[in-house]
Amino acid sequence: MIVQKYPGADGLAGTTLRINLTTGEIKSLPTDTRLMREWFGGRGAIAKIIYDEVPRDADPLGPKNLFIMSAGVMSGCFIPAGAKIGFGSVSPLTNGHGDSNMGGHLGPTLKFAGYDMVIMSGIAPKPSYLFIDDDVVELRDASQYWGMGSLECEPALKKDLGEDFEIATIGPAAENGILFSCITHDFGRQAGRTGQGAVMGSKKLKAIAVRGTGGIKVHDLAGLTEHVTAIIKRTQTHPNMEPWQKYGTAFFIDWSNKNAVIPTRNFQTTHYENIDGINGEALVEKCLITHKACFGCWMNCGKYTKAVIPGKKTVYLEGPEYETGALCGSNLGMTDINQVAYLNWLLDNVGMDTMSGGGVIAFGMECFQRGLITTDDLEGHTLNWGSVEDAEHFVDMIVNRRGIGDWFAGGTKRAAEKIGRDSIKFAMQVKGQEMSGYDGRHAPGMLLAYMTCDIGAHHNRAWTITVDMAEGRDTVEGRAKVVVYLQHIRPLFDCWCICRLFWGELDIEPEEIVESLNHITGWNIDTAEALKTSEKVWNLVRCHYLERNRANGRTFDYPPARSWEDKIPTGPSAGKGVSKEQVETMLDEYYACRGWDNDGNPSREVLHDLKLDFAADNLEKIGLLGKPLPDGIPAVRGERYKPKAF
Amino acid sequence: MEIKRIKVVSSKCTGCRLCMQICAISHHEEINPRKTRLKIEAHFPEPGVYKPRVCTQCGKCLEVCPENAIYRREDGAFIVIPEKCTNCGECIAVCKPGVIFQHRDLDYVLICDNCFKCTELCNTGAITIHTRVVKEDK
Ligand code: SF4
Ligand code: SF4
Ligand code: SF4
Repeated sequence: MIVQKYPGADGLAGTTLRINLTTGEIKSLPTDTRLMREWFGGRGAIAKIIYDEVPRDADPLGPKNLFIMSAGVMSGCFIPAGAKIGFGSVSPLTNGHGDSNMGGHLGPTLKFAGYDMVIMSGIAPKPSYLFIDDDVVELRDASQYWGMGSLECEPALKKDLGEDFEIATIGPAAENGILFSCITHDFGRQAGRTGQGAVMGSKKLKAIAVRGTGGIKVHDLAGLTEHVTAIIKRTQTHPNMEPWQKYGTAFFIDWSNKNAVIPTRNFQTTHYENIDGINGEALVEKCLITHKACFGCWMNCGKYTKAVIPGKKTVYLEGPEYETGALCGSNLGMTDINQVAYLNWLLDNVGMDTMSGGGVIAFGMECFQRGLITTDDLEGHTLNWGSVEDAEHFVDMIVNRRGIGDWFAGGTKRAAEKIGRDSIKFAMQVKGQEMSGYDGRHAPGMLLAYMTCDIGAHHNRAWTITVDMAEGRDTVEGRAKVVVYLQHIRPLFDCWCICRLFWGELDIEPEEIVESLNHITGWNIDTAEALKTSEKVWNLVRCHYLERNRANGRTFDYPPARSWEDKIPTGPSAGKGVSKEQVETMLDEYYACRGWDNDGNPSREVLHDLKLDFAADNLEKIGLLGKPLPDGIPAVRGERYKPKAF
Repeated sequence: MEIKRIKVVSSKCTGCRLCMQICAISHHEEINPRKTRLKIEAHFPEPGVYKPRVCTQCGKCLEVCPENAIYRREDGAFIVIPEKCTNCGECIAVCKPGVIFQHRDLDYVLICDNCFKCTELCNTGAITIHTRVVKEDK
């Protein structure tokens, strides 16, 4: 059908779609500019909508959960790396607000087609895909694509619809309700975290295909063009540009190993003896086909590669980037980059997040190492470190939920509950989501970042690892306020739907990005206001988590006991680790810094200051509103941190 | 006299489309990579390469234009005269690299005019300016 379109405010496409998948009804509405202004689109707008509209007892995989796709206010707007699209829903993995985003070309293209946001509810009666071609929006039959791997479905759809469609797909993992399933686009870009793919699969939505030929109007195009062109030209010669373009994030594999933070064999140790086989150098030498960038990005972190393993078909993929390299590399004891790349392809194609997926396989391997699962449980197979065959068979058991594969379909936490015998101690997750590729035992800020991350363990909200290196790794002092600051600034990029990597790597100041935002929207805001908006989103997400999970926040914020019980056994950080007391101290300081009470519940004062009185009322009703703080809330929550050399 | 055109090294292209964005912005004052005068072909999943397609200045468009709406400028560029162009598309049919474009908002075709804004922003060296000195014939 042809939908009605609305003119957009500056920076916005103008139209929002609401689609009831159960009935097939497609409604178009003018994009709520106030929502965009107050919540910055992307992650922020998603957080507000699911907080308001998804009932607290709704099953994340049921019809009442929403599945939202939002391109934010900066995506597609000639801002460097303005390429992202955000997805959000209540996460089946964490049972709290979940959002995840990806680069590529889909976000900008959605806006070129005229849409800022697509809000989907219900469950389609049969496998379907969402077709958007400028003004034409349809739910189409996807039976011929159902069951296909993500990386197979994308070319199939392009062949059927046209090369110029941008496609997002899910794989069989999501179709089968594996809770850490991802969404894939552009042959290897993923919205991996919080199980957004699983929600898409539960809604029987196999894919989203978008073509857009319109433009985006911005407030001051001449000013924006001048500003952005200057940033691009200035940074073309930045010393980090060359290594970044050459290796992408895989550059950090060596760095993490040297600094003894690389997870090795399910976070048993932090230094890997075979790093040369799987590092950035190996990737570029053995696997690289071409460097690959998202829309409008001049630093091209993407590495398009092929994996060649004797006896297996040659596979093409994007990656492995850092996280996959660590979590499917050292963390699984893989010795050759081709093995890591092959596993990367395997998980991409079945549609599992390579981070949680790597974590889940590693957890299985450690269970096997300790005899908690045996070949009898594994259909006669072993599950040994460093074996691609074993990993591949195990993944097949999980995807198809055969035997104990079913236990692992919900991630490490749920698997540990089935396996028992204290395995929860080394299920490396927080709030049900698996940790990223840094061990926090000798990087306490990073550990706190995982503990307090609003969507379960994830590095991206506060990449504190370099702060630990600069400020001292044996102390937890002062770490909380830096984590809070990073949790203000980094998620802003997910609201705006632009990449954050250039900010950290190329010394681009937050003020410069806010200036771009003002050129685009005409809002005329300053960095302080931007940070406060981000803090508002964070607090709303926290309230949402508490309202769904009904206990003091603190109870959810602990890492697995390995983090404080086991000292690092080998490598440069041998003998190091944090104590339980240090974990408690960091939480105390973190809550104080946020204006939350010592139980980890937001206080009314801070929620009022953020104009979240409605959330305070809701917490009060269930007895989880934070107690008033004796000295009132801190005026500045999170102190701006200027990275130091280390 | 100097003839200029864009030189392409496909293997360096990352598919970022900054070139297409700046091309559209500088000619049409709009963020809309569809109003572009060059294009990036993506060949994925196999073999996994991007191919920038640009005007090679072969001159076929000028030969077939029934309206005399295209002329060759001194620097080598083939310039479309919007007032004369009827958007008939004859030139599109003969353009081998496929770099003559139409857009629903416009009533004339788009051909690269050698402004080189795109090469300025390309950060990989995939597209650069190629200059050739030719003897002037008097
Ligand atoms: S740095 Fe990487 S992820 Fe970010 S926009 Fe560029 S290519 Fe995409
Ligand atoms: S700017 Fe350069 S690297 Fe980017 S798409 Fe264009 S030709 Fe390729
Ligand atoms: S030289 Fe100018 S007109 Fe030609 S493709 Fe590049 S930006 Fe467009």
